[in-house]
Amino acid sequence: MKPLLEVHRLCVPRNAHFAVQVERLTVYAGETLVLIGPNGAGKTTLLLGLARILKATQGSLRLNGEEIRDDLTYRRHLGLVLQDALLVSTTVWNNVALGLRFRGLPAAEIRQRTRRWLERLGVAHLAGRPATQLSGGEARRVSLARALALEPTLLLLDEPFAGLDAPTRERLREDFHAILSETRTTAILVTHELEEACTLATRVAVMLAGRVVQVGPVQEVFARPVNAAVGAYLRRLGAEERAAYS
Amino acid sequence: MIPEAEIWQITALSLRISLTATGLSLFLGLPLGTWLALGRFRGQTFLLSLINTGMGLPPVVVGLVVAMLLWRSGPLGGLNLIYTPTAIVIAQTLIALPVVTGLTASALQQLDVRLQWQLAGLGASRVQMVLVLWREARLPILAALMAGFGAVISEVGASMMVGGNIKGQTRVLTTAIVLETSRGAFDRALALGALLLGLTFLVNWGLTLLQQRGRR
Ligand SMILES: Nc1ncnc2c1ncn2[C@@H]1O[C@H](COP(=O)(O)OP(=O)(O)O)[C@@H](O)[C@H]1O
Ligand SMILES: [Mg+2]
Repeated sequence: MKPLLEVHRLCVPRNAHFAVQVERLTVYAGETLVLIGPNGAGKTTLLLGLARILKATQGSLRLNGEEIRDDLTYRRHLGLVLQDALLVSTTVWNNVALGLRFRGLPAAEIRQRTRRWLERLGVAHLAGRPATQLSGGEARRVSLARALALEPTLLLLDEPFAGLDAPTRERLREDFHAILSETRTTAILVTHELEEACTLATRVAVMLAGRVVQVGPVQEVFARPVNAAVGAYLRRLGAEERAAYS
Repeated sequence: MIPEAEIWQITALSLRISLTATGLSLFLGLPLGTWLALGRFRGQTFLLSLINTGMGLPPVVVGLVVAMLLWRSGPLGGLNLIYTPTAIVIAQTLIALPVVTGLTASALQQLDVRLQWQLAGLGASRVQMVLVLWREARLPILAALMAGFGAVISEVGASMMVGGNIKGQTRVLTTAIVLETSRGAFDRALALGALLLGLTFLVNWGLTLLQQRGRR
């Protein structure tokens, strides 16, 4: 497999007391790397560091083997979906077109891609609706359409299905899964849902206290946690999941 | 009675001066407030509190400073601006500027910081990001504009000091009211006062219409 993003010795401070530090992390083209870890482990911070939105104090980031020089050029290879939909107060259509307009694409292409991705996420009927008047599930779909319309080289998602009711979440996850395999988009997805990790992950990366402590295929990580802390976290995750379904 | 023509002249001048000053304060205060809200630099908090103090700047103090600068023997005396409408515009701009700047900064700081992350993640350049944030904060920014206009249209001290209340030249509604009152002509002062209120209402009505149309 070909490396798409290579992280080396990255340090991303969030505040005076907390920084994420990653010695080495590689994301391969076409894979879905699922980032798991307890609340406050630094998953969001790492994602924002990888997007060059939070400043790294040191480290190197290579996309397709090339060191990133210009942040804006690099960011225009990405798609970002944060934990809240964070739509701007205009229509659904304008929200989905936003990133395409930032890139100054021709109007016809913007129209075509906006329509295609609104349809693909099943929210085309909401196109003229103000984005402030959507349900939680609809807003997430719009936010996903907005990122996918950019046809990004790398998709970054921070708990994109959190806070939705179970049936809505499941349907959205299935749609999303289908889109990922269809488009073969490389993605880094943050979650603390075991089921989500199992269904979506090519590999999982476990974060504890600001460090990526283990990376590997799901089965392997669950079968052989590298240390007691990872083992304890995974057991807790499994127990939560069983409790949620009993 | 004051001749009708003179009343219209005074009203039009008041409106022209205060709208120009408000426009200028927007032109300067919007970028300044944006920089204060979104930038990261040393002394930012200090500068913000300075601006916030400036929101309550007494017009007479501004009038005094501008008068000293523009006075014939003053540093800018060569421009021959003292007792001209331009002098009043300068003073009123200085009065409205901290209001517009401070309220713009607070409007932008009230937006979710994560919106900036999201926009950056969608590939927004710095300018594109600011344009979207202005749009998101358009309601409070228009409120800032109304506050700025309200501060200058109702202001009398600075207009009097740098304009001189010269009939037909620098007499505006507020200074005319002061004059009529000092003469004991309360009916005229009252009529002018009603005109001032009506004018302020009309301008704010227009801005509010604009503001509420942007609400969606
Ligand atoms: N808004 C914030 N401002 C400053 N520090 C924060 C903020 N949010 C979180 N942090 C700090 O950063 C750490 C990591 O947070 P985050 O990256 O959000 O973790 P996760 O996404 O794994 O829950 C937290 O433990 C906290 O100390
Ligand atoms: Mg998080």
